Amino acid sequence: MVGPAPGGGSPLENANPLIYRRSGERPVTAREEDDELPDSIDDREIFDLIRSINDPEHPLTLEELNVVEQVRVKVNDAESTVVVEFTPTIPHCSMATLIGLSIKVKLIRSLPERFKVDVHITPGTHASEHAVNKQLADKERVAAALENSHLLEVVNQCLSARS
Amino acid sequence: MAAAVAGAEGPDGALRGWVRDFVSGLQDGRAAEVAAGVKAGSWTILEIVEALGSCLENTEPRTRGRGLQLLSQVLLQCHSMLQEEEVTHLVLFYENRLKDHHLVIPAVLQGLHALSLCEVLAPGLAVSVLKAIFQEVHVQSLPQLDRHTVYSIITNFMRTREEELKGLGADFTFGFIQVMDGEKDPRNLLVAFQIVRDLILKDYVLGPFVEELFEVTSCYFPIDFTPPPNDPHCIQREDLIVSLRAVLASTPQFAEFLLPLLIEKMDSEMQSAKLDSLQTLGACCTIYGQKELQEFLPSLWSSLRREVFQTASEKVEVEALAALRGLAACLSRSVLSSDTEDLLDSFLSGILQDCRHHLCEPDMKLVWPSAKLLQAAAGASFRAGHRITSSVVPLLLEQYNQHPQSSQRRTILEMLLGFLELQQKWGHEDEEESALLCSRAPLCSVLFSAVTDPSVQLQLVGIRALTVLGTLPGLLAPPDVQLVVDHLTRLVLHADDSQSCVAAMEAAGSLAPTYPGAFSGRMVQRLAEELQSEREEEGRRSTHSLRARCLQALAAVSTHPGIVRETVPVLLQCLRQVPKGTMPAGACDAVAVCQSLQRVAVQCQRDAESCWYYHQTVVPCLLAVTVQAAMQENAHSPPGKLLLEEEVLTAMVPVVSAASAHLCPELAAQSVSQLVPLFLDGEVSFLPQDSFPCPFQPFQVSGGSRGGGAGARAAGDAGAAVPLQGGQHVAAQRRLVALLMAFVCSLPRNVPIPQQDRLLQELLALSCSCDCPFTATAAAKCLAGLVNKHPAGQQLDQLLETAVSRMEAGLAEGPLRSQALALLLWVTKALVLRYHPLSSRLTDKLLGLLGDAELGPAVADGFSLLMADSPDVLHKGCHADVRIMFRQRFFTDSVPKLVQGFHAAGPGVKANYLKGLSHVLNHLPRPVLVTELPTLLSLLLEALSCPDRVVQLSTLSCLQPLLLEAPHVMSLHVDTLVTKFLGLTSSPAMAIRIAALQCVHALTSLPIPVLLPYKPRVIRALAKPLDDMKRLVRKEAVVARGEWFLLGSPGR
Repeated sequence: MVGPAPGGGSPLENANPLIYRRSGERPVTAREEDDELPDSIDDREIFDLIRSINDPEHPLTLEELNVVEQVRVKVNDAESTVVVEFTPTIPHCSMATLIGLSIKVKLIRSLPERFKVDVHITPGTHASEHAVNKQLADKERVAAALENSHLLEVVNQCLSARS
Repeated sequence: MAAAVAGAEGPDGALRGWVRDFVSGLQDGRAAEVAAGVKAGSWTILEIVEALGSCLENTEPRTRGRGLQLLSQVLLQCHSMLQEEEVTHLVLFYENRLKDHHLVIPAVLQGLHALSLCEVLAPGLAVSVLKAIFQEVHVQSLPQLDRHTVYSIITNFMRTREEELKGLGADFTFGFIQVMDGEKDPRNLLVAFQIVRDLILKDYVLGPFVEELFEVTSCYFPIDFTPPPNDPHCIQREDLIVSLRAVLASTPQFAEFLLPLLIEKMDSEMQSAKLDSLQTLGACCTIYGQKELQEFLPSLWSSLRREVFQTASEKVEVEALAALRGLAACLSRSVLSSDTEDLLDSFLSGILQDCRHHLCEPDMKLVWPSAKLLQAAAGASFRAGHRITSSVVPLLLEQYNQHPQSSQRRTILEMLLGFLELQQKWGHEDEEESALLCSRAPLCSVLFSAVTDPSVQLQLVGIRALTVLGTLPGLLAPPDVQLVVDHLTRLVLHADDSQSCVAAMEAAGSLAPTYPGAFSGRMVQRLAEELQSEREEEGRRSTHSLRARCLQALAAVSTHPGIVRETVPVLLQCLRQVPKGTMPAGACDAVAVCQSLQRVAVQCQRDAESCWYYHQTVVPCLLAVTVQAAMQENAHSPPGKLLLEEEVLTAMVPVVSAASAHLCPELAAQSVSQLVPLFLDGEVSFLPQDSFPCPFQPFQVSGGSRGGGAGARAAGDAGAAVPLQGGQHVAAQRRLVALLMAFVCSLPRNVPIPQQDRLLQELLALSCSCDCPFTATAAAKCLAGLVNKHPAGQQLDQLLETAVSRMEAGLAEGPLRSQALALLLWVTKALVLRYHPLSSRLTDKLLGLLGDAELGPAVADGFSLLMADSPDVLHKGCHADVRIMFRQRFFTDSVPKLVQGFHAAGPGVKANYLKGLSHVLNHLPRPVLVTELPTLLSLLLEALSCPDRVVQLSTLSCLQPLLLEAPHVMSLHVDTLVTKFLGLTSSPAMAIRIAALQCVHALTSLPIPVLLPYKPRVIRALAKPLDDMKRLVRKEAVVARGEWFLLGSPGR
């Protein structure tokens, strides 16, 4: 489950990736400022949670690399489910598991406990899609991965606010 | 004196005794006494040498050392008294001693150091001392202090004997290289680097030792030094870096050795090494020429390119770009002989070759790094800019047309904008040679296509680019200028997105001074037509927003005196139409007109002539329309009264204020001599429209009002003319005191106000007796504004006495208590600002009122009024007397009393004290607050439990920055803070939940060991706000919880 450390001397797998524009901050509506009216958790809110996650390899966010997109986020507030599909930049990206893990950890930390979180690779976009999905869906393996301090460090770096 | 102490033994005996004491190691203090003896003339240096006599020849080196130490210490104190001959003997003696035992050497060096300070040193001696040191002493095996002494000797001689040392030729350089070779102490390095720098800058002969000198200094590059904790010498890493850089970048002679070293360090993995190398390269570029750089250009370029293409750090990127700019500037500067190739050209060609093709891939990561590299090089000089712009701009224009997607076009246009902005830097040098001239037509057509594109983002970049293009001379042909103006007008009126509309207005404001004719002829005219035309067919709403846009645009474009003279009449006409009721929007339309007028006023302030034009056009007009409105026969025509509504008058206040604050004193005096009689005596003759149905007497006391009999005198003979509805009229007229306030309170302090005493009395009476809060407050503010500027003296004291007694009467009882409180607050503020002695008495009165069941809450809110900047009166902009430290002073005076009052107060009114305190603290500068914190923290923590939401919110917003700035003080209370904050995250008020979560987030800046015990509890507690019903609360909860998860975890 461990990918190569970011930075270091090794050449980047993809030195000149396609980059995408960041969507701006979500504008605050008058409704959101009203004390009384409830706001449900919607796709954009989930997307805002994960779009600023740092890529382990580039100084770019997952949104800028188009690894996550709002259209690939589905949330159902009433049924407490979230499904996120992510798309590795290249089909052999060795970071896929790490990216998936970062998304999953971010959602677990940021969503109410009632939610069931499903993170998987966009079908047909990665060579070992099945294996990666299986690892991400396995609760015990995710928990074990976070016991590994090296891996936790990389995940935390991905989740840290950019200085 | 020393002789007196010596007593019976005689001076000679005393000296010998002291020398014995010192040499035997018993009393170090004797050296100072011996030196004092020399200064007092009790004995000479020669006598000391004689007294030392035997011990200087003692076989025990320690004893010889002690003897020399005494002599050296005395010399250090008395070197200025020595004769040339003495110095010569001493120098020869000391030089000879350098051959002695190593234990003696430190004392010898100290002596030589003392002698190096002598001004009477005979020629040749400096050289011989240095030669002796170079020859006899192995400096680097000495302790730090003695090495420092050697550097000091050299520094002294370099300062005073420069010519002699230069006579030594390269031997001196070589000698010094040996001295400093291997130096490790940062204190000594700072001195040694300075010596090397002087060697180079003062043209000492380096001879064959250039490379050695480079080696002996460059071995420290890049500096890797962390000062030890509690270092008393306070040498920072940055000091060493800067001083070493000054050496390395001091001469082109080092270039052949330094450049390979810099390239090597740039290629290293350490970010600090990269940064240092890039900054050093930048420093070198200011003195190098193309000869030095030539050989290394390809590798320098490839390193710089790599840093920008692959960097993970913005700092490195910024420095790499700066270094590239430096290189190109250096190459541009070099003077060429006829047979050498122009390296700039080939260097830039290389850059273009490596970067140009990336510009054609607007979706890829390298597009921006390439553009930044090209822009850095283009920013170096006019020539470089020309070369790159003439190659890149046509390419970008072509790419724009080849990429139809608006996101790609936006990227291309943003790059183009960067190159246009660079052109601004050089553009004015030579109009004909502008690299853009031949791309003018395609450039305009691309920009026009961008501003007509449906994508808002593309429109915005297009508008910015048009603005830049318009400010470059000679790039817009007259027909293009008209097109630009038409496009901007269209965007102002019809853009779907408000961002584009605002951007177009800003652009019009920036370009109007360059093309006033085009803007006044086309845009202003069009806007005016739009405002006059009534569009019944469209919905009211869209008409309204269109009107609002026209009004804003008229203000934005008024950046040229000629245009102001056209826009102001249009705006005033709109205002005159309000009472006629022809415009649908009503009060908010009038407010919009006032906001535009205010903006124009601010833009006019810079130009005295426009300022006066504006004042004498706008102020009488505003007064005329409002006076007219106040005299309307009855309340049955609502549009007529619109102008007197509170929000409209409030919007007029800043217009009048901005129109008056920057007048020159003579013109202001002229204006004030018309305005004050208008209000006091109803002199309406200067108003543009001077036939009014009845007299204007705002200060007259009408029968219906509650003023009582005292004011009846004011009615006087005018009373006969007042019609039956006088009460109503007067109430309406009185509201205009707000405009009087705006005018008289904004005047410069040196403008005399006619009939000021009468005016002040009238204002005082009105503020205490008027039952309309708006009017009473306006009168109180006007009074306060005048009191603040009133010269100190008996007159002021009397006025204040009268005011205080009226306030006290009003506060005591009756229906007008809150009016009296408003007056008290404003007068207190006026006095607090100017440090008037009476202010503390009034403040105490306010503090006392905090315990009042009825007025207490209003008084507590009043503290915010006292501390905050008021928007209309009593601020610097209207020339008020504001001392800079008034907040600190008020804090120091009032806070202890607030705290005391809180403890003494009954449970019902405690919250008032906390609220007052929160207001005071919220307005205090942070550094002051941090120092005062320990005494107040317990009260603030108590305030967190106060049920009043205003107190909770203001306490949270007060604590949040303190958590960030004073984490150590706050960490003492971590337990209470965690508990209280978490409790408030479930407050019924959203704003409090948000503020509490922000505080929980801010807690993470406390030291980690303090926080770790709370981590599980906080993370558990924050799960609940993650499911808050409000999105804004959830957002803060996510951020706070995320940070708490990272606490003490690897990779934070």
